[in-house]
Amino acid sequence: MTTSTLYPDTLQASRQRRQLQLGLALLAIALVAPFVAYPIFLMKILCFALFACAFNLLLGYVGLLSFGHAAFLGTGGYITGFLLTRYSGLTPELGILGGTAAATLLGLLFGLLAIRRQGIYFAMITLALAQMTFFIYLQAPFTGGENGMHGVPRGKLLGLIDLKNDLAMYYFVLAICLSGYLLIRRTVNSPFGQVLYAIRENEPRAISLGYNVAAYKLLAFVISAGIAGLAGATKTVVFQFASLTDAHWHMSGEVILMTLLGGVGTLLGPVVGSSLVVWLHHVLGGSVLGSWMGTILGTIFVLCVLLFRDGLVGYVQKFVRRNLR
Amino acid sequence: MTLFDIPTAALLGQLMLGLINGAFYALLSLGLAIIFGLLKVINFAHGAQYMLGAFVALLLSRHFGIDYWAALILVPVLVGLSGCLLERFLLRPIANQNHLYSLLLTFGLALIMQNLFTNLYGSSGNAYPTPEVFRGAVNLGFMHLPLYRAWVIVAALAVCLAAWFVIEKTRLGAYLRAGTENPQLMQGFGINIPFLITLTYGFGAALAAFAGVLAAPLYSVSPTMGANLLIVVFAVVVIGGMGSIVGAVVTGLAMGLIEGLTKVIYPQAATTVIFAVMVMVLLLKPNGLFGKGA
Repeated sequence: MTTSTLYPDTLQASRQRRQLQLGLALLAIALVAPFVAYPIFLMKILCFALFACAFNLLLGYVGLLSFGHAAFLGTGGYITGFLLTRYSGLTPELGILGGTAAATLLGLLFGLLAIRRQGIYFAMITLALAQMTFFIYLQAPFTGGENGMHGVPRGKLLGLIDLKNDLAMYYFVLAICLSGYLLIRRTVNSPFGQVLYAIRENEPRAISLGYNVAAYKLLAFVISAGIAGLAGATKTVVFQFASLTDAHWHMSGEVILMTLLGGVGTLLGPVVGSSLVVWLHHVLGGSVLGSWMGTILGTIFVLCVLLFRDGLVGYVQKFVRRNLR
Repeated sequence: MTLFDIPTAALLGQLMLGLINGAFYALLSLGLAIIFGLLKVINFAHGAQYMLGAFVALLLSRHFGIDYWAALILVPVLVGLSGCLLERFLLRPIANQNHLYSLLLTFGLALIMQNLFTNLYGSSGNAYPTPEVFRGAVNLGFMHLPLYRAWVIVAALAVCLAAWFVIEKTRLGAYLRAGTENPQLMQGFGINIPFLITLTYGFGAALAAFAGVLAAPLYSVSPTMGANLLIVVFAVVVIGGMGSIVGAVVTGLAMGLIEGLTKVIYPQAATTVIFAVMVMVLLLKPNGLFGKGA
């Protein structure tokens, strides 16, 4: 929902240098963070950041609002949990791969149905499909219904590194989320991503230029669903349990809020937004305000939509572009 | 007497329950369709406004002794007015933005309302007394139909019919239909379109609140009563398309019946059957059964 500007070569170079510096600084922070903050909390942020980035690939770069992304987060989590609990010989990375594959497949099914309608219908269809998935998980015997799936083993990475150590787990999660983020970044900056831009800005024109718009949308949807599933799968291994919360429509709403707060259509926005929301849950969860979470998140939603549509990163970017040419 | 090995009485009983659910689907999808027609906004707060209707009726009866009949008129007016204010001060400022923002705004409001009522009145249900006249049941020969349930179907259909009449046969309705087709042109003819939009949103909210009051004696009044219902109504809207009022009503009732039938044949699928129908409709007729284009 923001417009990209084309820069002359020199500006482009200085912009790229700035981006590289920022990226390296953030990476350095991520590498030292577990020695300063609680690793489990950081891993939660990382998983939700990846989830929000996956969601933003659709909303920010194709202009499609999915109201059913919780289904992919939940599916990734449940299938990974099921695989790791059932087959004790399975290493965690294979379990995560299985969960991701399941979410990708579900994304293909959802995508084939949902891209038949546009705009507001797209949001309603994804929401309804996700609700159907939720009811299936509620009744299916393997998920443990409302109790959730407990005692998922973390296991040994590649059969070698014991992930019961939180620090080892943290660097594994960091590697997964970083790869997911870089994949999204690569997708957005590729020729494929440029066509997605074109579809977002003017779909009829993209069609008249000869692009198979439906196929592009579908592929973007499947990639987004797969990465959301990867986030859910990783989250299950970290917390050793999977629950209905991750598949509920509240979660679909929350990921929209994370993206909106950080900045729709910016690469780092979802990371910032999800960090803030997870932090808010962490701080308020134990306090008297915990039961008012819905009101607080709802109010942030309304304020973001009314006054703050570019999000935090969007505003910083605008500021930087205006002042640091 | 049995049909497919299912006792006829049980079947008819479930179909009757399905018809009542269908009446609510019809009322709510009608309101959504009217709002969408003029505002191009999907009202995510519709479920919350339905819940609000039931709660306001409950609170009026608890604190002011206002009975069911007065509530049936008063509550839609109050909720409708709150809807007008909401449109004027929150939706209008972002009317020129991408319509997805309006959807997100109403979603945020729904979250706030639901959470507010949960904190104030707890998440468990509250009973609303059935009005005196409708206590008891009528024997239809094959089943006992509680009088209140019969009233719900009659009232819901009457309101749908009235809405159809207002929109298709009156001058105000003509403005509304013309405004849906081409708001700029209507504005040029001297029709106050912004005011009409405010009124339309208020009317949609009032319809949801009316459904809420109707539902209050039937289901327990709880803060989450609207949220899950709304998602099913969305599926109903996708199935029917938002093209026509008759379409919304017919689809709503039909989906209620299908749900009731599923409860008898295969109860485990009762929560998912409408979504499954939606999937089939999307595959066969992507614009919906009564839809006029994407």
